[in-house]
Amino acid sequence: MSVPAKLSDVEPRFFTRAQWASFLLPTLLLALVLPLLNALLPSEHLLRPSDFTLNLYGKYATYAVLALGVDLLWGFLGILSLGQALFFALGGYAFGMHLLLMIGKDGQYKSKLPDYMVFLGYKALPVHWQPFYSFSFATCAVLVIPALIAFVFGWLAFRSRIKGVYLSILTQALTYAAALLFFRNDFGFGGNNGFTDFKRVLGADLNSPTTRRVLYVSSVLLLAGVFLLYRWLTRAKFGHLLQAIRDGENRVLFSGYATASYKLFVFVLVAAITGIAGALYVPQVGIINPSEMTPEKSLEAVVWVAVGGRGTLLGPVLGAFFVNALKSWATRSVPELWLYIIGGLFIVVVLFLPGGLISLPARFRLLWARYRSRASRPDSSTFFQQP
Amino acid sequence: MIRSLLIVLYGFVLGSGLARSSESVPVVASGRAQLLDALLTPPARQIAAVRALIGVEDAAITPALTAWRAGELYLVPLPNGALVPATLATAPDGGDFLVAISVLDGLPVPDSASGVGSAHPLRIVPKSLKSLETTATLRRAIRDVLEVAGVADASPSVRYESIERLGQSRKAEHLPLLQARLAIEKTPAVSRALADAIAFIQLSDSSPTVRLVAIAALGEAHSLAAASRFKELLAATPPPSSEEVAALSAALKKIESHWKTVNFFGDLFRGLSAGSVLLLIALGLAITFGLMGVINMAHGELMVVGAYSTFVTQNLFVSALGTASPFLNLYFIAALPAAFFSAALVGLALERGVIQFLYKRPLESLLATWGVSLALQQTFRLIFGPANVQINAPSWLQGSAAFHDVLFAYNRLFVIGFAALVVFGVWLVLNRTSLGLLVRAVMQNRQMASCIGVRATRVNMLTFAFGSGLAGLAGACLSQLGNVGPSMGQLHIIDSFMVVVSGGVGNILGSVAASLGIGTVDQLLQPLLGAVMGKILVLFAIILFLQWRPGGLFPTRSRSLD
Repeated sequence: MSVPAKLSDVEPRFFTRAQWASFLLPTLLLALVLPLLNALLPSEHLLRPSDFTLNLYGKYATYAVLALGVDLLWGFLGILSLGQALFFALGGYAFGMHLLLMIGKDGQYKSKLPDYMVFLGYKALPVHWQPFYSFSFATCAVLVIPALIAFVFGWLAFRSRIKGVYLSILTQALTYAAALLFFRNDFGFGGNNGFTDFKRVLGADLNSPTTRRVLYVSSVLLLAGVFLLYRWLTRAKFGHLLQAIRDGENRVLFSGYATASYKLFVFVLVAAITGIAGALYVPQVGIINPSEMTPEKSLEAVVWVAVGGRGTLLGPVLGAFFVNALKSWATRSVPELWLYIIGGLFIVVVLFLPGGLISLPARFRLLWARYRSRASRPDSSTFFQQP
Repeated sequence: MIRSLLIVLYGFVLGSGLARSSESVPVVASGRAQLLDALLTPPARQIAAVRALIGVEDAAITPALTAWRAGELYLVPLPNGALVPATLATAPDGGDFLVAISVLDGLPVPDSASGVGSAHPLRIVPKSLKSLETTATLRRAIRDVLEVAGVADASPSVRYESIERLGQSRKAEHLPLLQARLAIEKTPAVSRALADAIAFIQLSDSSPTVRLVAIAALGEAHSLAAASRFKELLAATPPPSSEEVAALSAALKKIESHWKTVNFFGDLFRGLSAGSVLLLIALGLAITFGLMGVINMAHGELMVVGAYSTFVTQNLFVSALGTASPFLNLYFIAALPAAFFSAALVGLALERGVIQFLYKRPLESLLATWGVSLALQQTFRLIFGPANVQINAPSWLQGSAAFHDVLFAYNRLFVIGFAALVVFGVWLVLNRTSLGLLVRAVMQNRQMASCIGVRATRVNMLTFAFGSGLAGLAGACLSQLGNVGPSMGQLHIIDSFMVVVSGGVGNILGSVAASLGIGTVDQLLQPLLGAVMGKILVLFAIILFLQWRPGGLFPTRSRSLD
């Protein structure tokens, strides 16, 4: 057997033609067709997606970016981080600070200060809030703050080779501690009410359909961009290294790769991108509070990935849309059963469908092939000899 | 004139009544006669008569005067013309009539029309009587009597409270009474309160030497009330003499340093008990996570199973024995094995149903058991409702013992003792039983153990059930310390994971050290930083600690990689 000269011989193309089609079609549908239909068709038209639907899909798209991050870490690198909700919420808080300042004097108390600050008796805006008047500063903060936290934590953790379950528990504790901190009123971020009642972004009214469409389209485009970026990362030699670290970190380490640096790089990159998703999530949902950064939220994101199929990039996106659509339906129709549904889904997927929903077609194909082979060769002994 | 005649007449009735009950206590009779006199004399002499009751010891005085002041005292006329001071109550046989309860002997006034000694109480038509009137000056006199009446009460706790109140009033006129009482008081705690109260009143004495002695005495007694009074005195204008200022600040310093020490030891004790709670929770986790390598996110819910089975046991006892039975206090003894076995049973089902497939995939056991934990939480909500359930602590776990002013609550003492017992039990099981031997063999090398004939599946099953049962015990204990509700498990699960990780996985001793350490540091930080900040700081400290020792306090040594 001949050894391929270059990796590119094994993976000839970034996308095959069919894959390009299956990537571009849904992207175009979500990013172009749906908003156009929403904008142009009359409101009672059968084909017109409602504003509510668009808003919901926009929210799911940001969740899908969060799920992609969890997948890159867990599915490709073998790090089950339960701190991703923290980075998501940190991005959301950073952008929320900007949005809160943009309310100006239209708040309940007609003050320049955000409502909760007036309520808590602040006299002036704290110094660290001042720069958040600038949109570009807030955007930078959305990237930098989660990345910084991820860098400090990751540097400490990966350097001392904490991995596996221990890392999961530590990230969980980090998220838990941060949530406790944000729940406090005197921490200065609105306590358990968080930030809400936003009015405008970049001068545009947040409640107008146009602004909401723009936010929705940017969420979908972010999702598409992040998908392509992660696809590129995982297809390159870099991606193969990540998987090698997942499967046998010590071997990679002994082959001369600084595995800690690779892990740290991915951890920080994912944190920053998750932060952007959080920043887009906040204006669409209209509220950010500490319950978004609890360990349970991180675990929920892990559910999306597990249900969709980890180790693939399409799986998490499907999982995020599917599980959240299921949640929207269940919490409205059968609220008392929702915890059973998600708990059961989790158990079933972990036990019986480790590949997630995305592996279903292949499984069916396998079953079909077995069925066919048994049909053509009725001799049952050969069937049992098959692997 | 007529009134005094009535008194004489009633004195005859009363005398015959008393002759039955307490002939040998003449003091009581004279106290009662004085009380009766105060109630029946003409208003002009009434205030003096009431004031004459100050310091008179008689059990009837307090209820009679209290009722009088509240306007609930009636003079019930008897057919023979005598008047009985009494309060009115609804008749025990129901009906529209009222019965009169004499304040002199606490018995219903008999209906003498049906013959002397008849059991029928006198029946009174409602609103046919007018209550005995009071005036503002009279009420003041009554208050003065009541104020000191408690000092001579039969119950030490009533004495203690009224003595403290008298001391706080800082009225010099109470001094003789308190001093007289100090000479005959036998209960040590009440004696101390008396001495404190006397010194407290003497703080306002006119003689400087008396004041200085009082200040020193209060400083010695570590009285908290005195500390705030001292601060007032120090800040007063005109300021006290320099000699007094020195004495005051010295005494203040003494008191404050004493209470600082007391609070420190109190916090230490609470920390120890919080650590013991953590230990109870973490011990089960140390077995399932540390020894078996299974991340059981449903561990907190197994604990809740234990807490709810305590609740169910309590309800079973109540329905079987009724609410008044003295054996009700024993329900907790029965609840402990119930909690252990119900949690172990749930754990067994969990192991058979889910975990046995995941021994090679620890990260995924975390996810699957989280799913189980969600489903269990919802089940608790459906069965027991979303609100917290009421669990009454047995009487032998209520209250506390004071030792040098440090309070040791019995329930916390119990938790500490129980945790020690459980640790010892776990150690015995793991090191002194054949099951323990098999458990350790399977934990060290599952394949090798099964090769030499250990039934690894069964051992896993039993170990997991044992760890789950320990969680149930922790839940039963926790039901005595805090609220029991469907999401109670979530509160403790992260802390206990941290205990196991920082103690060193696979090591019981490490868990003991880590849980006691974390619990104590947490409690000691709380008064300095507040409850949440202390917890956050501890979490970050653990994260940093693991940088330094990634294997925890007592890491398992192994030559294998990955």
